Amino acid sequence: MKIAVCIKRVPDMDLRFAIGAGGKALDPVGLKFDIADFDGYAVEAGLRLVESHGSGEVVVVSIGPTAVQETLRKALGMGAHRAIHLDAAEVPFDGMSIATALAAELKEGGYDLVLFGRMATDSANQTVGPMAAHLMGLPCVTAISKLDIANGRGTAERQLEGATETMEFPMPAVVTIDEGLGRPRLPSLKGIMAAKKKPLEVKPAQLGAANLTVDVIAFPPDRPPGRIIGEGADAVPELIRLLQTEAKVL
Amino acid sequence: MANAFVGVDFYDVDSLLSEEERAVRDTVRAWVEEHLMPIIGDAYIEGEFPKQLIPGMADLGFFGANLPEEYGCAGLNNVSYGLIMQELERGDSGIRSFASVQGALVMYPIFAFGSEEQKKHWLPRLASGEEIGCFGLTEPDYGSNPGGMITTAKETTDGWLLNGAKMWITNGSQATVSIIWAKTGAIDDTKSIRGFIVPASTKGYTAKDQKGKLSLRASDTSEIVLQDCLVPKDAILPKSGGIKSPLMCLTQARYGIAWGGIGAAMACYDEALSYSKERIMFGKPIGQTQLQQSRLAEMLTEITKAQLLTLQLGRLKDRGTMTPDQVSLAKRNNINMACEAAREARRLLGANGILAEYHSMRHMANLESVYTYEGTHDMHTLILGQAVTGLPAF
Ligand SMILES: Cc1cc2nc3c(=O)[nH]c(=O)nc-3n(C[C@H](O)[C@H](O)[C@H](O)COP(=O)(O)OP(=O)(O)OC[C@H]3O[C@@H](n4cnc5c(N)ncnc54)[C@H](O)[C@@H]3O)c2cc1C
Ligand SMILES: Cc1cc2nc3c(=O)[nH]c(=O)nc-3n(C[C@H](O)[C@H](O)[C@H](O)COP(=O)(O)OP(=O)(O)OC[C@H]3O[C@@H](n4cnc5c(N)ncnc54)[C@H](O)[C@@H]3O)c2cc1C
Repeated sequence: MKIAVCIKRVPDMDLRFAIGAGGKALDPVGLKFDIADFDGYAVEAGLRLVESHGSGEVVVVSIGPTAVQETLRKALGMGAHRAIHLDAAEVPFDGMSIATALAAELKEGGYDLVLFGRMATDSANQTVGPMAAHLMGLPCVTAISKLDIANGRGTAERQLEGATETMEFPMPAVVTIDEGLGRPRLPSLKGIMAAKKKPLEVKPAQLGAANLTVDVIAFPPDRPPGRIIGEGADAVPELIRLLQTEAKVL
Repeated sequence: MANAFVGVDFYDVDSLLSEEERAVRDTVRAWVEEHLMPIIGDAYIEGEFPKQLIPGMADLGFFGANLPEEYGCAGLNNVSYGLIMQELERGDSGIRSFASVQGALVMYPIFAFGSEEQKKHWLPRLASGEEIGCFGLTEPDYGSNPGGMITTAKETTDGWLLNGAKMWITNGSQATVSIIWAKTGAIDDTKSIRGFIVPASTKGYTAKDQKGKLSLRASDTSEIVLQDCLVPKDAILPKSGGIKSPLMCLTQARYGIAWGGIGAAMACYDEALSYSKERIMFGKPIGQTQLQQSRLAEMLTEITKAQLLTLQLGRLKDRGTMTPDQVSLAKRNNINMACEAAREARRLLGANGILAEYHSMRHMANLESVYTYEGTHDMHTLILGQAVTGLPAF
């Protein structure tokens, strides 16, 4: 089984971050980068499929500047077999531009499955996987939480609000991964050493035209401070009045 | 839940590390966060080493990680090895002790003084955690002066007959194999000290837990008795010879301990810093008072100095020029620094600081053992004194 996993290098959004001077991007100072969360789950899913199949390879692909090679090597350290770096000075915001470059690389690659994370944790567009599937003319199942492959067909589960949906699809296919397939493994120390010797191919990214641009990024406005109306039972009538007339929740 | 630990890096020391070194550090850091932090408080109170962690540590390659791949090890450089110790001790000194003993005090002597057969047999099994090792040097009456040991090994027609007692042995009760140091000649002949690989199943070998510890409670510390304990001729480490052999092992372990001290200090500083921003007293965060800022500034300064000094020590070790005296300086400085940081963090936390739910007091108590073992702080002072004056004061 031959599986491609598309991974994005993103800043860790759990850490404190600032908006850069132009207001269109995050301030890179102090950011720590890693594989986007769901993309990590996709790498894990790919590795498990190949392991349970007993043969095959997992190829990790990423678009961006040279720094993405570190992220690719992390996936190699987890156990991916080889990596492709599609070189681009910047990662465009427009999912179609990215999907075009990925489809150009992956279309003729002979992959049985192309995996993506459900979304990149920085831009949260949820578009690249489905768009790449469309460009390659492949079926696409999104945000799956379980995946089995047998006899050239795939079965996937998706979590809906209060229900589970099971889908079947022919291969090759594009699948985007939610949590639930198994936490991404840590690169072992031997894995980290081995990653340095695994193939990492660099090619220019054939990005499509970018029609979308970010206008401005802003933090949400501060919440207005709370107000103390009074204390004890005496304050209750006023509280009720304000809940009715001002907050309009009663 | 508190945010995941991100380290302390005021001087961009990260930029002095290679990608591989950072990757190693990140793996251990993530493992500690996920597997160790949730259970360490309870393990400490129960006074139990968390054995269930051993397979996971072995799978990721934490044991003897700077030894060669041909023996089942990761083949990392010494800076990466140090970063593993740093991150483990960020969690708990007892867990770091386990890894130090397994790697630097059991695998290293087999690697450095063992025959090829011994290396091929033992190293992969120790790396995989299938065998757990301990290092028996200290005796009830010979601590800082291990050369005085009275454990003996007499050569007989059947093998080596060991007699004596070892004390304060980390991993002692759970070890399946022990590196025992004993005199093969006259009792005042330190040159006759040799190392032996002694399986715990050997007749005449017994280990028993030392009870009542108020420090390193999540680590197993034991007394070992050797009574007419007969091991085969090939149990001796052929290239070991004299007190300098166990001291070479201690240099390896102390090197890792110097890194470990930074980890413990970072954990305490991190806890103190976040507490100081959240704890409101007299209408403002205690972090907004000069007294607490002074504590934090002091900790940050000392951690940063230790980071730079220890990284350079690692670079010297990787270059092959590191001296034992340089290791003494780092062990002495860093563990003392960590003891101070832990105590100050504990104090900053007020009453909460005495709870196991927080980490500073556990580190503070643990570090008192680390201050004493692997050469007491005093002994390293005397080693440095001798190094600069040429005059031994011990
Ligand atoms: C938790 C724990 C785990 C340990 N694990 C191991 C292990 O795995 N294997 C092992 O072999 N050992 C182990 N040890 C033993 C450790 O190495 C010894 O405790 C240490 O060497 C000190 O020896 P001691 O306790 O006998 O103290 P002593 O040597 O009796 O020292 C007592 C005090 O006297 C001071 N002192 C000693 N000599 C002088 C001098 N000449 N001048 C001035 N002051 C001096 C010391 O600094 C110390 O303050 C462990 C100890 C502890 C606490
Ligand atoms: C074992 C134990 C038993 C106790 N028994 C009792 C008892 O029987 N009865 C009882 O009433 N209480 C008891 N206490 C509570 C004890 O008196 C408080 O813990 C103590 O007053 C400190 O308060 P705190 O823990 O809230 O720390 P905090 O007041 O939150 O202080 C945290 C840190 O901030 C520092 N700090 C506070 N204000 C300032 C400032 N303005 N400037 C600079 N630094 C500042 C403190 O020195 C400390 O280092 C007990 C505590 C313990 C640990």
